[in-house]
Amino acid sequence: MPVVEISQTVDARGLSCPMPIVKTAQAVKVLPSGAAIELIATDVGSIKDVAAWCKATGNELIEQTSDGAVYRFVIRRK
Amino acid sequence: MTTETLAPFDPLAEAIAAADGWPEASEPTETPVPVPAAFLDAEAEVKPKDFLIIDYSGDLEKVWATMILASTSAAMGVKTRVFVTFWGLPVFVKDSKRITGENWMQKMMSAMQRPGISHRHLSKMNFLGMGPWMMRRLAKQYGVASPKELLEVAQEMGVEFLPCQMTMDMFGLKPEDMIEGMGEPVGAATVIGLMTDNSVPLFI
Repeated sequence: MPVVEISQTVDARGLSCPMPIVKTAQAVKVLPSGAAIELIATDVGSIKDVAAWCKATGNELIEQTSDGAVYRFVIRRK
Repeated sequence: MTTETLAPFDPLAEAIAAADGWPEASEPTETPVPVPAAFLDAEAEVKPKDFLIIDYSGDLEKVWATMILASTSAAMGVKTRVFVTFWGLPVFVKDSKRITGENWMQKMMSAMQRPGISHRHLSKMNFLGMGPWMMRRLAKQYGVASPKELLEVAQEMGVEFLPCQMTMDMFGLKPEDMIEGMGEPVGAATVIGLMTDNSVPLFI
């Protein structure tokens, strides 16, 4: 698996809906096209919400892992 | 013992077999009907929908919902507008304002419920402020952003807040009473125009 270079990490641990998405959107906005960010969240709703957000905005969810109660998403800007 | 198998009953096949001089199928010579241009362009012309919230209520829980939906929709890249009217309008008065209005009735209204997004009441279980106090504590405990934080985020992300001119007049609110970054006051026709043009409307 190719290693994805992460430009930025959004730490949304402890934050509830909609802040993980809002913070991700704000971070992705200033990113150049093709760059990737990592989102770390504890909100269970973010599993579905991140996927929905990626689908709506056209950004690519390239990785999704979970370590118990902590979820990690890697998103590449379109 | 033997079983007799009957020939399948198929009157259509029999009729076709009996028909004499059945014409051979010929290649269609007609040119296909062209697809109307409107259909071809339809895909190219599809504009992404805008989102329009009509913020009518000033209740804490409804203002919260408005702010969550507005900030999320802006985060999803959707052009978002919030039309602020009636009880929703005092929500967008500066928190520092105590009394607003020009005549005694308008002043009394603002005195009965303090304007500003940080001074909202719950529509039920308010209990003289005990309800909102508990709600805020719970929100903090569960990492839920407050309406004020969400409002700031929404404004940062380009959500337009459009106050209702008529309500501004009726409540005696002046542009300087309102928070920074409010849009120009508009009327119902602007809202209907947006709704019927390209916005998904929501009345809260």
